[in-house]
Amino acid sequence: MKILVPVKRVVDYNVKIRVKADGTGVETQNVKMSMNPFDEIAVEQAIRIKEAGLADEIIAVSLGVTQSQETIRTALAMGADRGILVETDEALEPLGVAKCLQKIAEKEGPGLILMGKQAIDDDANQTPQMLSALLGWAQATYVSKLEIADGKAKVKREIDGGLENLEIALPAVLSVDLRLNEPRYASLPNIMKAKKKPIDTMSPADMGVDVSPRLITLKVIEPPKRAGGVKVESVAELVDKLRNEAKVI
Amino acid sequence: MSILVIAEHDNAELKPATLNTVTAAAQIGGDVHLLVAGHNCAAVAEAAAKVAGVAKVLHADAPALEHGVAENLAPVVARLATDYGHVLAPATTFGKNFMPRVAVALDVAQISEISAVESADTFIRPIYAGNVLATVQSKDAVKVITVRGTTFEPAAAEGGSAAVEAVDAGSEASDKVTFAGLEESSNERPELTTARIVISGGRGMQSGENFAMLEEIADKLNAAVGASRAAVDAGYVPNDYQVGQTGKIVAPDLYVAVGISGAIQHLAGMKDSKVIACINKDEEAPIFQVADFGLVADLFQALPELSKELDKGA
Repeated sequence: MKILVPVKRVVDYNVKIRVKADGTGVETQNVKMSMNPFDEIAVEQAIRIKEAGLADEIIAVSLGVTQSQETIRTALAMGADRGILVETDEALEPLGVAKCLQKIAEKEGPGLILMGKQAIDDDANQTPQMLSALLGWAQATYVSKLEIADGKAKVKREIDGGLENLEIALPAVLSVDLRLNEPRYASLPNIMKAKKKPIDTMSPADMGVDVSPRLITLKVIEPPKRAGGVKVESVAELVDKLRNEAKVI
Repeated sequence: MSILVIAEHDNAELKPATLNTVTAAAQIGGDVHLLVAGHNCAAVAEAAAKVAGVAKVLHADAPALEHGVAENLAPVVARLATDYGHVLAPATTFGKNFMPRVAVALDVAQISEISAVESADTFIRPIYAGNVLATVQSKDAVKVITVRGTTFEPAAAEGGSAAVEAVDAGSEASDKVTFAGLEESSNERPELTTARIVISGGRGMQSGENFAMLEEIADKLNAAVGASRAAVDAGYVPNDYQVGQTGKIVAPDLYVAVGISGAIQHLAGMKDSKVIACINKDEEAPIFQVADFGLVADLFQALPELSKELDKGA
């Protein structure tokens, strides 16, 4: 079985986000970029499945600018076998990304697609569900536990009321949540080896997919900051403030 | 054009996030229709008909719709959607799970988790864990939208008298997915996303047992209990306690953060609270920068004191 793992290049989660002065977007020049943390969990899970002898190849796919190659290299250094870069300078939206991934999945025929439940930049939480719908495969989102046996996946999903259990037929698209695993760090020898692993490059046009944006971003702003910062000296003072000043208890 | 809102429910009761979504729909303008899709859920359809501002309730009833399985629900919604200008659902794990499939069926973009309505085609949504607000415009024929509940007041649950109309509940269930049970966490306290007061614990709580100290205070304040990702990852409390970018978004009148340092992804889930209080022994913790009232103290001393202080009454 092949496993396909889409990985997104995003502003590193430790970076303080700054809006561009002209309000057209977020500053990404000279900012540290990393793999979307949820996608790291997906890569890790794919590697564990392969290590358990249930998969024989892991393909990492990224879409975006040339530098997205670095994100694929990170996945290769963790243990993915080869990469595919869909290169474009277009501002990508989930629907366009899902359509490109659909084409790749139809060509490669993976038994499983593992991906992060959302990217920490646009927080859209759409691409896995869209990809599943386009392929006509089963979906399971927010997966925190996964067992694969007999062409089926047994999953636990983190939902608002607790956990939901599903049994889904493969091939399927799974979106992974935080507590599925803890991703490994790539070792130096593996980082060196990853440099020799192959990455195919193509464009959305090569696949016949129109990825032009459907939404127009009119402006982006930073929300108003909270004042904060008032310290109280004692529990009694805290209760007094909440009761008599803020009047919330 | 009318607006279709997808109700979240458990076949017995309407979930509160539905009411906030109805308000967002009303702000867009146009008749608001509420779809109640489930199994043996006539009681929910009746409750939906009483929601203020709802012009019509569509009731789709079939065994395949019992558990809100995305593969079964999305086609029912997509079939109805072509008669509407907008389709809205709460941005809960329920709505987020199936709405992108509706967008695909209509070949339109989805606008995720809007926090404000600017006009019928322009919306504001938080991105980058709420550190940025984007204003986006959609020219799609049908706008598929999920709604952040905390930024819209709930519509009144009583006062309306909409007609209930049965609609096509679709054909067969997907043979690719089998629902295999819920593990609901039992909790007698108010629901996290709608509680007026939330008290949350972080890694500083040191164990799940110690959450009893928070629960004791929560009971005195009629508050919900939440947690940071660190506390959930450490196994102190179940996943549904998590407040943050990838957990629940809350905006209560009072949020009390105990033993929580205030990582960006946690702040994303609670910084719209009206009043924030915190107790933390590290005075450098970022939580103090957003807290209206911060107490630098060892929580193991402060919590029992707080409990006693609340007994003194107003």
